Formats: sequence, C-alpha cells, structure tokens
Amino acid sequence: MIVNLIKIIIRFIILILLQVLIVQNIRLGSYIILFPYILFILLLPFETPKLLVLIIAFITGLTIDMFYDTAGMHAAACSLIGYLRYYILKLLSPREGYDQGMIPNVDSMGPIWFITYSALIIFVHNLFFFYLEIFRFNEFFKTLLRVILSSFGTFCFVYIVQFLFYKTDRNK
Amino acid sequence: MKNILIFLYKNNFFFIFLLLECICCVLLIKNNGYQGSSLLNSSNEISSKIYELQTNAKEYLLLKDENERLARMNTYLINRIKLGYAAIPLKTYVKNDTLYKQEYEFMSGKVINNTINKRSNYLTLNIGSAQGITHDMAIITTDGIVGIVKDVSENFSSAMSILHKDVRVNCQLKKDGIFGPLIWDGSDYRFSNLTDIPTHAKIKKGDTVITSSLSGIFPEGILVGFVESFEQKANESFYSVKVRLSADFKKINHVSVIKNNYKAERDSLELKSQIQSDR
Repeated sequence: MIVNLIKIIIRFIILILLQVLIVQNIRLGSYIILFPYILFILLLPFETPKLLVLIIAFITGLTIDMFYDTAGMHAAACSLIGYLRYYILKLLSPREGYDQGMIPNVDSMGPIWFITYSALIIFVHNLFFFYLEIFRFNEFFKTLLRVILSSFGTFCFVYIVQFLFYKTDRNK
Repeated sequence: MKNILIFLYKNNFFFIFLLLECICCVLLIKNNGYQGSSLLNSSNEISSKIYELQTNAKEYLLLKDENERLARMNTYLINRIKLGYAAIPLKTYVKNDTLYKQEYEFMSGKVINNTINKRSNYLTLNIGSAQGITHDMAIITTDGIVGIVKDVSENFSSAMSILHKDVRVNCQLKKDGIFGPLIWDGSDYRFSNLTDIPTHAKIKKGDTVITSSLSGIFPEGILVGFVESFEQKANESFYSVKVRLSADFKKINHVSVIKNNYKAERDSLELKSQIQSDR
C-alpha cells in the first residue's frame, strides 16, 4: 500500500517536471499543445475513491497553473475530468468488473480499452481547456481545430509515456 | 432544511465538483484583473526558482547568439560616443544639459520563462520591485518590442508578451506616421497584425513598423517589425497589415525594461481632462 503511494507521488513529480521543464518547450506550432500530465490522473488506481480522484485532479491542475500563469484554467479542466473519470470507468467496465489493485494501463486492460479510455478523457480536457482559455466564440472553428490536433498529439505522447511506468511495474 | 441537507449529502460528489469549479472561476476572474492574485503565477517562489535553474542551464546553449548580438550592439554604441567625434571648441558651442530631460530609463533583465504557443503568452523576468520595476513598463530587446509588465513580486516580475490576446500596442508606419493598434491573432508567433490602417496609406512590402508614442508605455520609434503583406477586407475601409516581428520570440534572453519618468504625470492629466469632459 505504502509502496503504491510512494510510486504515485514519484509519478506525480516526474510528470509535472516533464510537463513544465521539457514539454512546455516543445513547440509544434500554435495548434498542437501537449498536456501529458493528464496521464497522472489517467493512471490513478481503479479503487481510488471518486471524491479523492476529484480532489487530486484539482490539486494537479493548480500545480500546473502555478507554472503556466493560468490561475484556475488547468484546475477547472482537471476537476472536470476528475469528476467524469468515475462515469467513464463505469461506462467502460468489463462484465466481471475491475480487479483489485490494478492500474488502468495498456498492460492490464489491453490497448483497445486504454485507447478508448484515454482518448475520451484527453478530448474532454482539451475541449474544456481551450474554450475556457479563449472564452469567446468568434474563433470557434480555429479553436476546434486546435482541440482536435492537440488531443491527438497529447494522446500519442501519453500512449508512449505510459510504457515507461508500465515497464517498472513488470520488473517488480 | 433537513431535506436540503440530506439532498446535499446524497449528491456530495457532484456538489464538491461544482464547488471546485466555482473556486477555479473565482481564480480565473481575479487573475484577469490587471493586478490579480500573484500567488498562483510563475513569479512565486517555488516555480520561479525552478525556472531560474532551467534558464541557467539553457543560457549556455544561447551564448553564441547572445555574444554576436552584444558585439553588434557594442559597435553601434561605440560609434555614438565621443571617441568617434571631433571636439568642437567650447567658445563656439556650449552644450547645456537643461535642454534635455531624461524621459525614459532603461534597466536590463533576463527572461527566465517564456511561452509562445498559447493564446495568451507570458514572460517571467528575474527583476522585480526591489530593482524598481512596477506594472505597465515596456520590455524590449535590441531587436524589437517584447511585452508589458503585468505583476511584480520582490525579485521577479511577470509580463504579458505582445503575443497575448488582450495586448494592443499602438504602432505606426515609419515613413508617414500612420498609426493603428497591433493585435496578435494567435496563429503564428512570427507575425502579428497591424489593424485600422486607412486605405489611402501607401504601403509596400518591407516597410518598417515602429512604436508610436500614443500609448505612453513604449518610447516612440522602437522597431516592431516589417510589413509582410496587407489586405482590405470586404465592407471595410481599413487595411489589415501582416507584420513580421523583428524580435525572435523563440530566442529571447536578455531584455531591457523601460521606465517612463513622466507616465504618472501624463496619465493623471489625461484622466483629469477626461473626467471634466464627461461631466
């Protein structure tokens, strides 16, 4: 239990630093902006209480906001996905339910399940975040294009990065 | 009352979610104010320390460019000092200092954080109120204008870059002084748009765009960029001019912060006459 907790905290620090020190400096034009830190919320264990997920997501968002000068924007988007994660997991649950102590990654749930799950959450996060950032509708389609391209970019990045964590799990 | 409490308790997940979203909204709205909460931006202690470490490491990679720019600036400055001029005998010419007042003061600083790919981009500088920075000061590099200071802490300051959806800088064409606001459309960090240029202006590709003194923040005549293209939209009697920015926002490192010594006086005068005419 404590080992898991330490693992989660280390994952949190690594992902925040990855986001702030490295990914923030990857510039792929103004339409693709990557947010791989969402992976932290994606990879919380299945049996985490839903209220705790919500609060952890909110704190994650606030931490990113501190670095990005966007007080409240990431926190708002993160608490939305922290809230919706419970329902999305319910929607996607296999017939026999989730096993205890499992982590939602490719290794334990299979690639198709993980792709659906992460793509949904990443898309919701980006959709909410970019419209909140612009906060007006006169650039509607430009923002939509930005949401779609950024979601796809973040998704590819997340899919690759989660293998880093899954490998350490298997060595155990 | 009891029923309400039971209802709240039953749906506590949803209501805590709503509460968190409300907190976020409050933060957002507060931060949009010109001097909103400076706790949650990158001029606070922890995040600015981390950014400073990162910049220190990154600086080594940019040393070559920076040296070249400094050398260029040096030659430019050497050409302007007395060494390069013959002395005029004092009998015929007396320079009187009272003819000039120093209107703008320059302070140098270093950018420790910079973004270019968001819709509202910010910079963090390693100088703050202890070095005399206040909000509304202009930031330039030797290449061109960069942004405007927004929040200040003791040793750091956070600034809106001109690549920000709410920043409007008054600029003019160098050759005939026709002016208009410079607004960034959010698509490419190398270009910005100069709007409201009347169609009788004779614009050519490559014309120089400089700041005008209308804003009171930037001194007049600082380089902004060069005209890339221009078009007249249907139903409008103005040109929209695409300007190639002369400052390279990907490589900003050392900047000068400009203080206008007479800004307070000018602002209070302008405000006073506006209030009088409103009556």
